[in-house]
Amino acid sequence: MVKAHICTNNLNLWFGDNHVLYDVSMCVFENRITAMIGPSGCGKSSLLRCFNRMNDLIPSARIQGSILLDEEDIYHPKARVTDIRTRVGMVFQKPNPFPKSIFNNVAFGLKIQGKHSKSEIMDRVEKSLKDAWLWDEVKDRLHSSAMSLSGGQQQRLCIARALANGPRVLLLDEPTSALDPQSTAKIEELCLDLKSKVSILIVTHNIAQAGRISDYTAFMYLGELVEFGESSQVFTVPKDSRTEDYLTGVFG
Amino acid sequence: MSKRELRNLAGKSLVGILCAITAGMLIVFLYGIFSRGIGVLSWEFISQPPRSGMTEGGIFPAIVGTFWLTLLSIAIALPMGILCAIYLYSYGRPLWFVKLVKLAINTLVGIPSIIYGLFGMAVFVNMLSLDVSLISGALTLAILALPLIINAAEEALQGVPKDFTEASIALGAPISKTILRVVLPTAMPNILTGTIISIGRVAGETAPIMFTAATFYSRRLPSSLSHEVMALPYHIFALMTEGSKGSLQAPIAYGSAVVLLLMVLGVSSIAIIIRYRFRRNKQW
Amino acid sequence: MQIMEKSFKTLSYIAALFSIAAVFGIILSIFLEGLPLFKVVSIQEFIWGNAWYPTHGEAPQFGIRNLLIGSVYATLGALVIAVPLGLGSAIFISEIATPRLREIAKPAVELLAAIPSVVYGLFGMAILAPFIRELFDLSTGLNLLSTSIILGLMVVPIIASMSEDALSTVPKHMREASLALGATQWETITGVVLPAARSGIVGSVLQGFGRAIGETMVVLMVAGGSAQIPGSIFESLRPLTSTIAAEMGETVMGDLHYRSLFAIAIVLFLITFVTNLVAELVFLKRRLK
Repeated sequence: MVKAHICTNNLNLWFGDNHVLYDVSMCVFENRITAMIGPSGCGKSSLLRCFNRMNDLIPSARIQGSILLDEEDIYHPKARVTDIRTRVGMVFQKPNPFPKSIFNNVAFGLKIQGKHSKSEIMDRVEKSLKDAWLWDEVKDRLHSSAMSLSGGQQQRLCIARALANGPRVLLLDEPTSALDPQSTAKIEELCLDLKSKVSILIVTHNIAQAGRISDYTAFMYLGELVEFGESSQVFTVPKDSRTEDYLTGVFG
Repeated sequence: MSKRELRNLAGKSLVGILCAITAGMLIVFLYGIFSRGIGVLSWEFISQPPRSGMTEGGIFPAIVGTFWLTLLSIAIALPMGILCAIYLYSYGRPLWFVKLVKLAINTLVGIPSIIYGLFGMAVFVNMLSLDVSLISGALTLAILALPLIINAAEEALQGVPKDFTEASIALGAPISKTILRVVLPTAMPNILTGTIISIGRVAGETAPIMFTAATFYSRRLPSSLSHEVMALPYHIFALMTEGSKGSLQAPIAYGSAVVLLLMVLGVSSIAIIIRYRFRRNKQW
Repeated sequence: MQIMEKSFKTLSYIAALFSIAAVFGIILSIFLEGLPLFKVVSIQEFIWGNAWYPTHGEAPQFGIRNLLIGSVYATLGALVIAVPLGLGSAIFISEIATPRLREIAKPAVELLAAIPSVVYGLFGMAILAPFIRELFDLSTGLNLLSTSIILGLMVVPIIASMSEDALSTVPKHMREASLALGATQWETITGVVLPAARSGIVGSVLQGFGRAIGETMVVLMVAGGSAQIPGSIFESLRPLTSTIAAEMGETVMGDLHYRSLFAIAIVLFLITFVTNLVAELVFLKRRLK
């Protein structure tokens, strides 16, 4: 039996008067990759951004229901949003490294926490870069600008940056949609390698990608979680006709 | 609360307080001027010349003087500025010349206004023997306004999508037609706002006209380009530093300052509103 | 058709030439009028002499050291006030204020930048200086403190509006990346947004410096005018610009005093020109990155 790592419970989300998510209940399991698919505007990115409370940045956002991270409600009034975001890492659609050196990008999260020694930071940066399969490419130029890297390298740097915080869960928001096929393949392989270390939730509009790498798949449609289950089942014998229509390309 | 949260709160409060201090100081400043000057305003004040050795009467000649100085200088600088911007936008060759023009514009922007005054005095007043006159002042202010207008116009032209130009050229229109019929009309609202902002700047300048155009007292309104003129900003300065009845002159200075502020802020607000409307209605 | 095209091109070319001519005209005129001073007074004596008695009958002296230092003091004093206030306001408006407040604050800052300097001078001379005089029980309120406050107040909107522009061009996804790593908003501002906007902020400060050191009316009305190095913030001073403005009226065209004021203008021009170049280079460096 796999352990649920982070779960939503009857989650509803509004932006102003706009009801974006309806009663969503799903889980991300430990050391598994969960993929979220669905047509654009279905609410999958908004749902992803609930898991590390990035929706807090939108003043009109209102939430109902709960999200439990290791049995702890992340929307509890006493929960510390900065802690949650250290434990739940996120990688964005477009690679967004800071205009700093490669080293300082990865060290950023550790430095702001202010409780790590220099050598500790050094070690963690090296380990994270190795985990993100970037170390060999950048070890000789850790102090050159992150902007000098290629798009695929930048995205792996962003993954390393998130890993440096030692998160339990990694959220990936269409991480390959801005990349070429080769870089995409590399990131997919990387995800498969990483799942032994972190639980992964990936939003993708690429159905094939979800099929290639995910253990579980969630299909979202118009703010509703239509279907959620093991990928082998969702892709072969979907329970809902809307899932089947989407997977066979009737709409999307 | 953790140390980091504390620092977060402290930092955000600090910039909030700094912003509040800024706003407070500016409110005290505006209140100081308006509270002392608004009572002086009357129809007589803006429609009559000064009387009794500057202690009574109005500031009508100064308003008229500032109006003419501003109008003339913008009338000179505007076509010049737009043409120069067009050069930079559409011909832009040879490269070294463009760089030189840009360096010149940036230098002009940075030159202190008192140096414009000296230049105007040396060249227009003395060398060209135009004397201290409306035209000397207007020419000096025109050169001061020129880089402002060039910058505004160039930015406006750059804001026109290249597709428009390319579409026009692809249809066989020559560059001049493309610019006059397609680019300029599209860029006009932005050029206009830039120009209006320079109007505010020009109307409020004192140092450039001190030695080129302005006089403390003139009985007549300017009827020719070669007359000396009264001007609002200079009038404020002169009321405070010249003449013998300081305490009687000060209220008139405040009144003039309110009139000048209303003119400059009014004109700039118009520019900001036009720009706001234009940006909101923009179709492309 | 061809003629129209040609003449249009020529006209715009002439306009571009004219802007260069204007700069050369200004430089030429102040150098031609000012340089002859150095036939009589050595450059060293001029820059570093500490006595400014241009109208002394037998032995006029043309040392601008005190004036130069007066300008520097007034400008630094202004920046001490304007940089924290301007940058703080910019950060508040760009990063913390609600969108509604921002929509009001941004044009307000722009409007304030348009206020004529003579009005600031009036406020400083007639309202602030008497207040400072009574507050600190001084013989005059026309001193370095009042000058710095007024000049600073004048420069705040310039620094605030340019810095705000620089901050708001930092893409939103940078802030998101930082927050998603568990940074607080303040850590995001100091660790990511400010460094990314650095060159724009430095540019705004340089612009403020240029504006303050070249400002005439405020210092003419508020600085008090004695040609000494102020020993404290309560003493009066006489910067370069106000010297030109105050004394040009007394000169006879072509005499030494007249030339010395143009020579001061040369110094002033060089200072602002170099400031501008530095600002250019700062921006250029950013563009190359």
